[in-house]
Amino acid sequence: MIEWTRNLGAKTLQSLGKLGRATLFLLRVLAGLPGLARRPLLVVAEIYSVGVLSLLIIVVSGLFVGMVLGLQGYNTLVDFGAEESLGTLVALSLTRELGPVVTALLFAGRAGSALSAEIGLMKATEQLSSMEMMAVDPERRVIGPRFLAGVIAMPLLAAIFTFLGIIGAYGIGTNLLGVDAGAFWSQMQGSVSFYEDVLNGVIKSLVFGVVASWIAVFEGYDCMPTSEGVSRATTRTVVHTSLAVLGLDFILTALMFG
Amino acid sequence: MAIDSAAESSDVLVDIRGLHYSRGNKKIFDGVDIQIRRGRVTAIMGPSGTGKTTLLRLIGGQLRPHAGRIVVDGQDVHKLSRAGLFRLRRRMGLLFQSGALFTDLTCFENVAFPLREHTTLPESLIRNLVLMKLQAVGLRGARDLYPSQLSGGMARRVALARAIALDPTMVLYDEPFSGQDPISMGVLVQLIRLLNDALGLTSVVVSHDVDETAAISDMIYVISDGKVVGEGTPQALRETDSEWVRQFMSALPDGPVPFHYPAPSYRSELLGEAGPGA
Amino acid sequence: MYVSRTAELWVGLFVLAGIASLFALAMKVSNIAAFQSADGYEIVARFQNIGGLTERAPVTLGGVQIGRVKSIELDQQTFQARVILAIAPDYNNLPEDTSASILTSGLLGEQYVGLEPGGMDATLSDGDEIMLTQSALVLEKIISQFLYQTASE
Repeated sequence: MIEWTRNLGAKTLQSLGKLGRATLFLLRVLAGLPGLARRPLLVVAEIYSVGVLSLLIIVVSGLFVGMVLGLQGYNTLVDFGAEESLGTLVALSLTRELGPVVTALLFAGRAGSALSAEIGLMKATEQLSSMEMMAVDPERRVIGPRFLAGVIAMPLLAAIFTFLGIIGAYGIGTNLLGVDAGAFWSQMQGSVSFYEDVLNGVIKSLVFGVVASWIAVFEGYDCMPTSEGVSRATTRTVVHTSLAVLGLDFILTALMFG
Repeated sequence: MAIDSAAESSDVLVDIRGLHYSRGNKKIFDGVDIQIRRGRVTAIMGPSGTGKTTLLRLIGGQLRPHAGRIVVDGQDVHKLSRAGLFRLRRRMGLLFQSGALFTDLTCFENVAFPLREHTTLPESLIRNLVLMKLQAVGLRGARDLYPSQLSGGMARRVALARAIALDPTMVLYDEPFSGQDPISMGVLVQLIRLLNDALGLTSVVVSHDVDETAAISDMIYVISDGKVVGEGTPQALRETDSEWVRQFMSALPDGPVPFHYPAPSYRSELLGEAGPGA
Repeated sequence: MYVSRTAELWVGLFVLAGIASLFALAMKVSNIAAFQSADGYEIVARFQNIGGLTERAPVTLGGVQIGRVKSIELDQQTFQARVILAIAPDYNNLPEDTSASILTSGLLGEQYVGLEPGGMDATLSDGDEIMLTQSALVLEKIISQFLYQTASE
């Protein structure tokens, strides 16, 4: 029992220390970001690997999530004779919740893990260290562009996901289930607010972008410089990002729509 | 070793005084004094695990000593601001044991990296400079290859070209010979000496390959158990009366450094009298 | 750092697709495209009871949406609901004796304001008030009325 308590204490201290390191790290990275304005190409290259390479999974998942929402929503709504509201149901769930959240989860699996692994391997093979010895700050040269690329890519990915989801639901709803196309769009426009729903969704995905990129680059930068350390960091990135996104989503939802 | 400060600034590039460093409970350096003179090849030797790489990281300011000071070109490395340290590092090249090339860049881009980061030279000039450095290490033809396509020796030569890209005052070599076949080893040995003399560099070679290192160095420090146990020219060290240094320089299997890691008596362990294996 | 042309192109395409999606969400999915309070004009209608009418609910004439409910407030003197309707600038020829009623789309659908044109030549303009209004049907009232009538018969 004493042993157990001691372990718990040690674990707590360790986690607190890590949180502190992560916060200081984030502040240093943020402080270095303005310097990137002189070298936008660095960020463009990272947006390619973080954003463009995630497009496929985002497009496919977006369409399918939308189609499933269309089917399920229709089956529920038709019982109340309210199948015209399908557009509203789909658009609200996608803009407010599913778009930002599912995109962030997919981002963690596709781009976050890749970021952690890449940075971890650069550390393990002394590339970061050699950069430091060349008087180049890896936090500015390596971490900064990747972090910024993640923050930029996330809202764009979420917007694409949401839009394609609505298209998917529209396709299923009007072609397969016979919902009137005009009613689909007009009902949707009638109840989706730009500021309250669309913009809040964008804010959510921006927050998720910061958190997911932060976790990914920090885990990579902080990992043990061994192959095992890198693999653990990659796993931690996916797990921590998913938990953080779901937890934050609750808080943000309570703040925005509560 | 009484060098007055005037001579110090002119002749000694790196001055290490009373260096103490420990990792956990293990003392790595316990009062080390080393002077590295300008224009010379200085070797720092010792058995594996004596913290030779650590020493290079201390000189480069990546680690902080627990006591003592390291002065490079008149500047105390560990009292510099971050910007000052970065300015100093531009004049140092460090060749990592693994080469530490950027795996996502070609050889050309690897060598161009420090130039692009620290200068605003036009592309044509960068190209000329990079080709010149690659020519110096004999790998101009390999410029479009990626590090994964290079042999270990070639990767180290590219890393060397990168280390001298900014024309540093000093190049630090971390185990440049380990794990090399005889040919690439010979190439590297030659290169270090040649570059040192042709570019007027100061070279610090950390190694445990006695013969190769002795062949090119002007001055050797032998470190063991956190202390300098021998210093002098290669010739002087070979003729030293220190038993330990002789064992190291002549690669004798047994001597003051025992063949066996400290352990309880073999006999008692075999008979299962004690120990965790019982 | 060298960035290949194709990568640059892809990133450009990606950013464009993202912004286009956002734009589509704004214009096609949400109501931002619909009438802003800045353009068009406002008319006032008073109702005894607005039922479940909410802000941003559609205003229709003959089933065609021509505006939106801008705001709803309670008139402290008359204790009537004062509903301000924002009408799109295209529909600037509504007769002065137009009447407004609060209707429900379907049995359980959302509530909206339906306008019924009158026959006068003068038209409503900014700030005018609709005189003829019909409150929302409150289901409980109708049911109790119905029960009361059947009981008395």
